[in-house]
Amino acid sequence: MNRILIIAFLLSTGFGLKAQDDLLDLLNNEQTEETTFATSTFKGARLINGHTVVTRKKSELEFVISHRFGRINSGIDDFFGLDNSSARFSLEYGISDNLTFGIGRNSFEKVYDGFLKYRIFRQSEGVKNMPVTITGFTSMAIRTLDNPNFTDDDFSSKVSYTHQVLVARKISPGVSLQVVPTYVHRNKVLDNQENDIFALGFGGRFKLNKRVSLNVEYYSRLTSELADNIKDSIGFGVEIETGGHVFHITFTNSRSMVERGFITETTGDFSGGDIHFGFNISRVF
Amino acid sequence: MKFNTILTIILLAACTSLSMAQDRYLTRSGSVKFFSTAPLEDIEAHTNKALSIIDIKKGEVAVDILIKSFEFEKKLMQEHFNENYMESDKYSKATFKGNYGSNENIANMVDGTYDVVAKGDLTIHGVKKAIETPVTITVSGGKLSANMVFMANVKEFGIKIPKVVVRNIAEEVEVTASFEYEPYK
Repeated sequence: MNRILIIAFLLSTGFGLKAQDDLLDLLNNEQTEETTFATSTFKGARLINGHTVVTRKKSELEFVISHRFGRINSGIDDFFGLDNSSARFSLEYGISDNLTFGIGRNSFEKVYDGFLKYRIFRQSEGVKNMPVTITGFTSMAIRTLDNPNFTDDDFSSKVSYTHQVLVARKISPGVSLQVVPTYVHRNKVLDNQENDIFALGFGGRFKLNKRVSLNVEYYSRLTSELADNIKDSIGFGVEIETGGHVFHITFTNSRSMVERGFITETTGDFSGGDIHFGFNISRVF
Repeated sequence: MKFNTILTIILLAACTSLSMAQDRYLTRSGSVKFFSTAPLEDIEAHTNKALSIIDIKKGEVAVDILIKSFEFEKKLMQEHFNENYMESDKYSKATFKGNYGSNENIANMVDGTYDVVAKGDLTIHGVKKAIETPVTITVSGGKLSANMVFMANVKEFGIKIPKVVVRNIAEEVEVTASFEYEPYK
């Protein structure tokens, strides 16, 4: 009989303890695990010259204005490059949250380009665990300025293609890193150049405070060419974000703002001072 | 004889546990909305995934909301909300814990609408602040619901609004919450 009483007592105190649980703790246990996606891996669709994994949200239209001035080491005659400016304008539209279509025009070599960008995977934690965001990028660019080095410069020789797989991870709230295997095909090149170039891009965003970050980007060419005046593209930038605007101040050894141009035809020697000052301004509508 | 005693005790124990369970009502789909109006922009966000529990015998209530569950019409705004203002990677939740005093009618689930005042701690952005807000509790046919509207000042929760967007974002935010509770088992 005593034993039964003890059991009954234990049972009732057991329930009693349960009833005394803190209500918030109770809710904490009730919170079902959900999938949380990494947000703001990068603020903009551009890191410096190249793209990031970011796609526009559905029905959002982004207008990007980019400027690159001449080389800083060109001296006072060119006012440290500010006399020679080239600009790229582009419109980028979110067909869906994952698919972005864009068109642009770069005044350097008068290049028109169009691209499609599709986000395949999104970094997430919880029920669905995905360590990285992966975005596919494909573009076509048409140079409309004649190249004096080509004797026969017909339409097809002015066309080039770029395909990229952008892989990024937001490592911490303040640090995001990106790796970009890249393939560039140029329909026509000089004898000492290759039509097909493989490259590997590296990029990072380091937040300095809530709205300002330091961005770095480097594209390493994996295909060797006889041409020895081509350099890897290097860029540093400060990114400032205010409401719907993203503003970049950049320093890079590349003049062009089109993939084919900066990945495969950069001629500036960064350490030698062939640095182009520039900026990107983006506005989302 | 012995068997009957055991049975009675077990039944009694089961009954007490059952009655305890009925003191508590829970919702997993509470609706919480906030709205702010500034000269240039109205900002509105909504979630229907708020968790809340109410203990009618003790007159206690708790709310638990995942910040990332708030949805905005503009996705960019949602991103800024999480990244720049709420820092939801660091402070993932907003919580409230408090009580509205004892109310016999609510405790006994007597049909009717009761105006009570909930007092307790509201924690947003890692900052805990004591608040007091009127709450309307409705009991109808064994169901329990609660509705409330209150103002929150973002500054008091350590959320800074930079000068450049001061005309877009108001410091006073109106919070509207509506919970339909089910018995908690």
